[in-house]
Amino acid sequence: MEIKEFIQNFAEQFEDTDASVFTPDTVFHDLDEWGSLIGLSIIAMIDDEYGVTIKGDELRTAKTVADVFELVKSKK
Amino acid sequence: MYNPFSLEGKTILVTGAGGGIGRATAVACSKMGAVLVITDINPETLTETLSLLEADGDRKHLMFVADLTKEEDLNEMVAAMPSLDGVVCNAGISKVLPIQFLNAEDMNRIMAINAFAPMYMTQRLYKKRCINKGGSIVYTVSISGVSMVSMGGVMYAVSKNALDAFMRNAALEFAGRNIRVNSVNPSRVKTPLIQNSVYSEEEVAKDLQTYPLKRYAEPEEIANSIIFLLSDAASYITGHALIVDGGKTLS
Ligand SMILES: NC(=O)c1ccc[n+]([C@@H]2O[C@H](COP(=O)([O-])OP(=O)(O)OC[C@H]3O[C@@H](n4cnc5c(N)ncnc54)[C@H](O)[C@@H]3O)[C@@H](O)[C@H]2O)c1
Repeated sequence: MEIKEFIQNFAEQFEDTDASVFTPDTVFHDLDEWGSLIGLSIIAMIDDEYGVTIKGDELRTAKTVADVFELVKSKK
Repeated sequence: MYNPFSLEGKTILVTGAGGGIGRATAVACSKMGAVLVITDINPETLTETLSLLEADGDRKHLMFVADLTKEEDLNEMVAAMPSLDGVVCNAGISKVLPIQFLNAEDMNRIMAINAFAPMYMTQRLYKKRCINKGGSIVYTVSISGVSMVSMGGVMYAVSKNALDAFMRNAALEFAGRNIRVNSVNPSRVKTPLIQNSVYSEEEVAKDLQTYPLKRYAEPEEIANSIIFLLSDAASYITGHALIVDGGKTLS
């Protein structure tokens, strides 16, 4: 799995935040738009695209997009 | 002693009896004097529940391992069913998924166990006259889909809403046989169903603040509401959805 593609999938879950904002270092919890529905969408996207189940607490602990990427990779 | 809530002399079927609410209900019903018929898809948890039931000399509890979404299992169980005074249709599952991610596999699985299984089980028990006159059917529905909705809860909400509609239809149709039909509608209950959650601890802590009683229910508290509806204390109540939610839907 590629981080570039992961960031793209991650960014797609946001409505108002432009895809160009997202880098591996983006602290996504700090984005204005971040909220529970986006969190649930990220969890569902990861299940769909990567066949990996992550928990709310794991997503909560991850700081950056790269952290989530590593988490998914470690569970694959 | 005067006790209109007693279940003495009653035989009661509980589905999902290996799980949190089902187990608490079966155990509580046995303490109120009932003979239990318990069923679950999971043989280990079901056997454990059986061992927890209060029993004495002439009370013999029964258990059936069955997948209620499988027609063969359902038919086999109904064929072997003794006559019942109470039925608690409680087995159910949940999965949180925003609408954008809906898919037939998850949807069909949830509808099959949460909505269709209790409907077909009820239909067969009623048609076979397994439920005695004066009997009571109770569904474990939920406030979700009936009184409120939450982000990502659509599949669960839709399944529970279908069951709510079924409950009221059955109440109307079964009244002629003096069989009452009701539901309990809990908010969140401390059971395995809400563990392994997509919600973080922080989100749970925030959610608890939306409950006037500031806590989730214990399974025993749902069991006691079910006992009320099963008992003769509720003899004039039918077609009712009993909200058991610590005040959650007040605001
Ligand atoms: N826990 C809650 O917060 C909550 C809130 C409102 C309503 N409910 C409802 O209460 C009911 C009981 O839930 P719980 O919290 O005790 O959950 P639970 O997961 O502890 O128990 C559910 C039981 O159903 C059984 N089951 C699942 N699929 C089955 C199948 N195909 N055939 C037979 N049995 C099957 C499981 O093995 C399990 O033992 C469910 O209908 C649930 O939707 C729960």
